[in-house]
Amino acid sequence: MSDKVLMKGNEALAEAAIMAGCRHYFGYPITPQTEVAAYMSKRMPKINGVFLQAESEIAAINMVIGVASTGKRVMTSSSSPGISLKSEGISYLAGCDLPALIVNVQRGGPGLGGIQPSQADYFHATRGAGHGDFHLLVLAPASVQEMVNLTFKAFDLAEKYRMPAMILSDGTMGQMMEPVSLDAGEIHEYDKSWALTGTKCERKPNIINSLCLQPEELERLNVERYERYKIVERDEVMYEEYMMDDADVCIVAFGVAARVSQNAIDKARAAGIKVGMIRPITLWPFPKKVLLDTADRVKAFISVELSMGQLIEDIELATRCKKPVLLCSRVGGMIPSTDNVLDKIKEADKIGGAN
Amino acid sequence: MTNQILIAGFGGQGILFAGKFLAYEGLLEDKEVSWLPSYGPEMRGGTANCSVILSDTKVGSPIVSEPDILIAMNLPSLDKYENDTVAGGKIFVDSSLISKKVARTDVDAYYIPATAMASDNNLTGLANMIMLGYLIKKTGIIPFENIDRALAKVVPARKQDLLGLNKTALELGYNYEG
Amino acid sequence: MATVFSKPEALTDAPLHYCPGCTHGIIHRLVAEAIDELGVRGRTIGVASVGCSVFTYNYFNCDMVQAAHGRAPAVATGVKRSDPNNIVFTYQGDGDLAAIGTAETVHSAARGENITVIFVNNAIYGMTGGQMAPTTLPGQVTQTSPYGRDVNTVGYPVKVCEMLSKVDGATYLERVAVNNVKNVRAAKAAIKKAFQNQIEGKGFSLIEVLSTCPTNWGMTPDKALGWLEENMIPYYPLGVYKDKYAESEVK
Repeated sequence: MSDKVLMKGNEALAEAAIMAGCRHYFGYPITPQTEVAAYMSKRMPKINGVFLQAESEIAAINMVIGVASTGKRVMTSSSSPGISLKSEGISYLAGCDLPALIVNVQRGGPGLGGIQPSQADYFHATRGAGHGDFHLLVLAPASVQEMVNLTFKAFDLAEKYRMPAMILSDGTMGQMMEPVSLDAGEIHEYDKSWALTGTKCERKPNIINSLCLQPEELERLNVERYERYKIVERDEVMYEEYMMDDADVCIVAFGVAARVSQNAIDKARAAGIKVGMIRPITLWPFPKKVLLDTADRVKAFISVELSMGQLIEDIELATRCKKPVLLCSRVGGMIPSTDNVLDKIKEADKIGGAN
Repeated sequence: MTNQILIAGFGGQGILFAGKFLAYEGLLEDKEVSWLPSYGPEMRGGTANCSVILSDTKVGSPIVSEPDILIAMNLPSLDKYENDTVAGGKIFVDSSLISKKVARTDVDAYYIPATAMASDNNLTGLANMIMLGYLIKKTGIIPFENIDRALAKVVPARKQDLLGLNKTALELGYNYEG
Repeated sequence: MATVFSKPEALTDAPLHYCPGCTHGIIHRLVAEAIDELGVRGRTIGVASVGCSVFTYNYFNCDMVQAAHGRAPAVATGVKRSDPNNIVFTYQGDGDLAAIGTAETVHSAARGENITVIFVNNAIYGMTGGQMAPTTLPGQVTQTSPYGRDVNTVGYPVKVCEMLSKVDGATYLERVAVNNVKNVRAAKAAIKKAFQNQIEGKGFSLIEVLSTCPTNWGMTPDKALGWLEENMIPYYPLGVYKDKYAESEVK
């Protein structure tokens, strides 16, 4: 019998955060991520942690900034409309070089949208999570186990590179239950000499700040930050390949879209079509290199996504449009069916020979 | 071997709980499992459904759109999902709430007056478990001997007094001669 | 030679950038003196806001974090909750605290956050060049109320102490001014009490300091002090608006 437990994705993520040493959670109720807040409200008081329901998403992300300034692990979670509100604070986290975890359990948009699963915040997470030049670490779990593992990873990378990290999940990942092992590994210690801990009248004050009125200086800070981003892009890309060894067609999908794609690939393989999948686990840094390499040996790509064509742009950029990229998408809370994907695989397979 | 199970009915019938029980049974049998509920305002007194997958291999999509086992606990659920059921699949119908018969001829239909049986036996609210008992008998997807372990997992600690009632309901369904 | 007057330890040596005659400098000094006298500089963490006082992180000789516009009380909440031993204060202007950050102000008070809020009210947006503030007086001319604040179209000024006095979570609310020696001394006592309250774990204290903006008011520093006396104090009466502990002592 396995030592695994059945947990909802949202709850597993919350427990993983606690195991990763997070003792401060600030949030605001919104479907479909409310389990994270509810779980934290139960657990935190029992472990001398802080759960605080803020007056708004904006206040919550700024409370996160406050704790992050002191060098401690801290998180907030929300769903799409709430993440829009947090965008200001996310930009400040990036501008202040503060580590923190933001969880987005996505729902359909724009505006108030719906409450069913979506991936339509892909652009927001990978490009526009706030004003200014910056990146977020963006991790996309495709199972409840990954909700756990990537939460650990997100805290670790955020501290390692002093930047905010986002778990980009969706209503399916948040609501589903799967067996999960909560052993997620050791916690690394990073330099925190920058943290606001009080000077004890023994050192010069530390200042956490994103304001810089000298253009030359602000340019330098941006360039330095992007040097750090280059290292992240070099060292921290994560993806998983599925049946890619002999594939003529390559699906690219993350989260629940990858799970559906897996079924479609199994069906297509049974029908003799050589199709595989590259599943980005980090959406930023995006697995550009493997996709570019793959472009030389497949005849087409398919972007399977719960958005109107957002992921597809990164695939086209990464592969430099060497091969056609087809779009298979459902939106508004709808999820592509296995047959939707299968039809698209058949269409891609008809495209003239490889190379 | 993979079972794609869809349990559907009204909010309040214990649809999600029944799914959880099945998922835990699967887990305890070392199967790969997933459980996915419908969620949101529709849960409040509206329709509720839940996808459960028990498999010997890694579960792909957690969404059951073509069930091989359908449990219909109200008429709208049967109307909605009957045609999605795969050929050769099994449909379990609570015949005390659904008077209609399954129209498909390429599936096996099973009828059990679970809700009536529940109220006749002072097991109100446990029609879900009566359905499951019957399902286990007719499908054998999990061994009936092990129901205690899964029940202990899904019945919350503060409601352990309900353990016995759940077990009685499962047994009632399991022993039903339809 | 005996030193008879020196800079507080809690101020750095950075020259202040404020306009001539601006009273921010006085208020900075009062805050720094309070921190020194209470002996808490080593565990004090300040939260700078957006507005003229944005650069306070360069002036206070303690750990500082710069918050987004209006969000200082939320950031302060995080800093305080991270380590309740920290002495945490925000330093905010009227636009920051009473317009864009109203929700953060009210709710940090409602939660009774054990922090100290220094609220500088000069009835105008100074940093951006003199626009109408939430505390701009009726009839007052600013860049965005060129015909004088018309309460029929843009509404009335927000009286922060009066408003917060109805919030159960607030502990101490006092309005002071820094336009003459007597008022400065009273302001000092109020600010020190607000920090003392935090040290004693008494909860949310806010000191509203009526301040001048000679540049954007278009006056000499001296005339500005007079304008504050004649126009602001009648609209924003000085005094203690709430003292939760004094109330219980009185009973």
